[in-house]
Amino acid sequence: MYAQALDQKDKGPAVIEDPERLARFEARCAADEKIEPKDWMPEAYRRTLIRQVSQHAHSEVIGMQPEGNWVTRAPSLKRKAVLLSKIQDEAGHGLYLYSACETLGVSREEVVEALLAGKAKYSSIFNYPTLNWADMGAIGWLVDGAAIMNQIPLCRCSYGPYARAMIRICKEESFHQRQGYEIMLTLARGTPAQKAMAQDALNRWWWPCLMMFGPPDAVSEHSSESMRWKIKRFSNDDLRQKFIDATVPQGLFLGLTFPDPELKFNEATEHWETGPIDWSEFKRVLAGEGPCNRQRMRVRRQTEADGAWVREAARVHAKKRAARQALQAAE
Amino acid sequence: MSADAPLFTYCLRLADSALVLGHRLSEWTAYAPTLEEDIAIANLALDLIGQARLFYDYAGKIEGQGRDEDALAYLRDDRDYMNLLLVEQPNGDFAVTMMRQFLYAAFAVPYLAALTRSKDETLAAIAAKAEKEMAYHLRHAGEWVIRLGDGTEESHARAQAALDDLAIYIDEFFEVDAVEQSLIDAGIAPDPASVRSAFEATLAHVLGEATLARPAVRTGQSGGRKGLHTEHLGHLLAEMQVLHRAHPGANW
Repeated sequence: MYAQALDQKDKGPAVIEDPERLARFEARCAADEKIEPKDWMPEAYRRTLIRQVSQHAHSEVIGMQPEGNWVTRAPSLKRKAVLLSKIQDEAGHGLYLYSACETLGVSREEVVEALLAGKAKYSSIFNYPTLNWADMGAIGWLVDGAAIMNQIPLCRCSYGPYARAMIRICKEESFHQRQGYEIMLTLARGTPAQKAMAQDALNRWWWPCLMMFGPPDAVSEHSSESMRWKIKRFSNDDLRQKFIDATVPQGLFLGLTFPDPELKFNEATEHWETGPIDWSEFKRVLAGEGPCNRQRMRVRRQTEADGAWVREAARVHAKKRAARQALQAAE
Repeated sequence: MSADAPLFTYCLRLADSALVLGHRLSEWTAYAPTLEEDIAIANLALDLIGQARLFYDYAGKIEGQGRDEDALAYLRDDRDYMNLLLVEQPNGDFAVTMMRQFLYAAFAVPYLAALTRSKDETLAAIAAKAEKEMAYHLRHAGEWVIRLGDGTEESHARAQAALDDLAIYIDEFFEVDAVEQSLIDAGIAPDPASVRSAFEATLAHVLGEATLARPAVRTGQSGGRKGLHTEHLGHLLAEMQVLHRAHPGANW
């Protein structure tokens, strides 16, 4: 579901670290040791991880909206149940990732506040609308498929809690990817109208999914630090190419056409080559001008606001209950 | 009417209530007050949709006309749906949703426990699974009713308003018509009257802790079992069935 945070430099104030501790830390990263919450870590490492992990969490939570859009119209009871379970998994991923963030010393409330204030980002892919049922297949097959490419390497990320969360998340995502492809396969083998839905979904999701890997390496902002610290392990273009090579044969097997007249297989390199990606679209969506940016944030803010009285009631009730228990214990 | 007609109708009633309530809960997807509650509500919805699928599947087999779970769920109109009126009531705020869930579960737990002793082995087996699930629903929704009732002034007012609005649908749980009476007499369906005291005890306990007052209901509303619904069910089914019906015969 996401990669873009991997491409932002840490812009926080520079902190002068103790050179000896820094050297020890660098040596541990180089030796593929896991960094744990109580271990010393450079401030820039902590800040980069908080940004990356929280943006990943926000993406999971915002990503519930486009899929939630079809739960009430799922065309069979089985599909309805599977889609609900999938969205439930996304909520679970959001929870583990917010918990992983907390191990870095920042509360869930703080990072959610940053999202609601528009300071934190989430994956640009969720700013596109889900317009037909096949989008539930395309999101699983393509969006979760792209996410897996990004996230499998993060299972070996240097930060222990993030790496461990990612192992579990990747298992679930790969299940989502397969069930998404199965939706596409069923539609592609279905009626002409169903096949047209599948084609329409591929037409709309293909390019935005290629953009999920972030800008081309030549212009990527990411620092060599992220690579050295093993927070990021492969370049955007390498991961994108891996995704394209894996996905194009799957799409052709479905009998669908990719919305790219320049797509071709290069016999010499044994890679699929695409036409140019429209990076101006990517920049517009990141800048808040995608089809659904305003809607996704409005819904998230409204949901937080609507739930405030419930959360407050739970807090007040817990206090009342604790006070009564204390009183009983004293008697 | 064939000998199995009452059993078919009875299975559909159980299925319809489970599906409609599960569908209502699924409308919360991505809108719950906390991420934990998003997960919990999805669980409740999944349990109910799963129960509905088992009851529909069995109903289709009893009928023997080749209708599967989707034909029964997606291709019947509101006049043919026989769910309880309570479950089709709109989600409202979180207090309405949790109160609705609590009232349904407070009835479903003892009712399904009694159904596990049915002479019909399939119904007894489905009930055994569903009873365990509904016991969790009762705990979860009951805890929320207590938190909201005994929380802030605002949450108390919202929980009380939810109870006031929904209490008129309680009596319908206990109505018995000729279809159901024949199954009660045959030892297939439990007599709902036999679980009334358990239901009332649960309500008294939870509402007491929640500091909520049970409103006096002079005239309970009913009609769901005859396909006479509130205005809300037609909209729910229109949304739920639209895609399936737009592509007759398609495989999803």
